[in-house]
Amino acid sequence: MTGRILVAGASLGGLRAAEQLRAAGWTGAVTVVGDEPHMPYNRPPLSKEVLAGKAPFASLAFTPRSAAQDVEWRLGTKVVSAGLAERTVALDDGSTVSYDGLVVATGVRPRRLRCPGPLTGRHTVRTLADAQRLRDELTRPGARVVVVGAGFIGCEVAATAVGLGVAEVTVVDPLPLPMVGPLGALLARALLRRHEERGVRFALGVGVTGFEGEDRVTGVRLADGAVLPADVVVESVGSVANVEWLEGNGLDLSDGVLTDELLRVGGRPEAIAVGDVARFPNARYDGVPRRVEHWSIPTDTAKHAAKSLVAHLSGSEQELTPFAPLPTFWSDQHEFRLQSFGAPVLGLDDVRVLDGDPEGDVLVGYHLDGRLTGVVALGGHAVATSAARYRAQLLKQPALTS
Amino acid sequence: MKVVVDMNKCQDHGQCVFAAPDVFSMDDDGHLAYVPDPADALRDEVEEAADVCPLQAIRIED
Ligand SMILES: Cc1cc2nc3c(=O)[nH]c(=O)nc-3n(C[C@H](O)[C@H](O)[C@H](O)COP(=O)(O)OP(=O)(O)OC[C@H]3O[C@@H](n4cnc5c(N)ncnc54)[C@H](O)[C@@H]3O)c2cc1C
Ligand code: SF4
Repeated sequence: MTGRILVAGASLGGLRAAEQLRAAGWTGAVTVVGDEPHMPYNRPPLSKEVLAGKAPFASLAFTPRSAAQDVEWRLGTKVVSAGLAERTVALDDGSTVSYDGLVVATGVRPRRLRCPGPLTGRHTVRTLADAQRLRDELTRPGARVVVVGAGFIGCEVAATAVGLGVAEVTVVDPLPLPMVGPLGALLARALLRRHEERGVRFALGVGVTGFEGEDRVTGVRLADGAVLPADVVVESVGSVANVEWLEGNGLDLSDGVLTDELLRVGGRPEAIAVGDVARFPNARYDGVPRRVEHWSIPTDTAKHAAKSLVAHLSGSEQELTPFAPLPTFWSDQHEFRLQSFGAPVLGLDDVRVLDGDPEGDVLVGYHLDGRLTGVVALGGHAVATSAARYRAQLLKQPALTS
Repeated sequence: MKVVVDMNKCQDHGQCVFAAPDVFSMDDDGHLAYVPDPADALRDEVEEAADVCPLQAIRIED
């Protein structure tokens, strides 16, 4: 096999794609282009053990498989545009690269708040550099911290900040409970109580309207007129997919890049998307295309999509099955862990306690039309083990198509 | 094939157990136990386990 597969994005998705192309038998060239200066590294610890100083930044680096040793890495280099019809990409060093196959793995970046006020002192957590800067500020004596956005990353950062001994941490969100969108009210209430017991404060049901301060932020102004004093602000208000470089190709880029059930882009068998940037239908569920920002997805998508790309490039008439992963994610906050299997979000209207109770360790089941769509365990080992039992059941279930 | 798990990194997520149940298991206290020298026939399973470990604690030494 000759030719070149170009991978845009050098993080987990790009790494797994390169490895899986080799595993699927591709012997041609593989070039990975990434705008960060680092080899691929693991992001989840950036809001957890690495931010807490319990693990060194150096521990984040992935170890690429030996089969991917001959992959060419062009780091610190950005893909600025692509011509899918011509099969070329343009890089910010002025060069143009032609490809036979393209992997879109450019992930997402944090969404920023647009309200007025100074920028200095305001942080996001996506990259190694972000986490290093934030850690420096959180470890200054007496730091007062406001986290905007009570999703998983915001709540993890708040928990880590408390663990670091900051003076105070307040989490602000216009919704009435933390993490309520993905988890529902039952678990969200249990999580709120656990955070409050450990010293995290909340300002819920109220949005942010601006930031106080001249050169750097000194406070966060809320819609009800209150001002929370702040030395450090963390914005964790969702993400924006990195798809600008794909514009001009007639693709649906409304939220990430739309793919078909084989993770192909724009109906082109030589272009696939993996990881956070891919908006794909899951044949296990309703077939509605969604972006899924779980750590397991870059690996799952890369495995599936690499097979279809290599099959196409090698001209094999292999029968390809639609992508149907079982989603899974975890989150660590204080000393407790959340572990999810399946799609809780599809069963938010029928939430039942399957084991334990919300005051302690609890296993919660999410249902649609009486059928289990997902489970989430909150707490320690015993409840995680019972979640694992339901995982097998979720895997066996026939597709949830209506 | 030699398998090494960095037990300083491992946080007992158990994802490896789903991927390679012949090699990894959880003991009664919820701690990871594993076969350090699995048969080569299990390589695919073990590679899958190494991929899905959230802490990237599993190393395969050929
Ligand atoms: C702080 C944090 C904590 C997390 N915790 C958890 C957790 O506990 N559990 C869980 O399941 N998931 C968690 N996640 C999510 C998980 O890390 C992501 O799903 C995963 O990193 C996605 O990988 P990716 O390769 O698809 O995208 P990314 O990691 O976003 O990689 C995309 C790469 O492409 C680069 N790039 C973008 N545009 C271009 C361009 N034009 N040219 C070249 N390169 C470009 C980017 O700089 C980046 O390096 C967390 C994420 C973060 C940020
Ligand atoms: S998946 Fe990783 S962290 Fe989890 S038990 Fe296995 S080795 Fe440990």
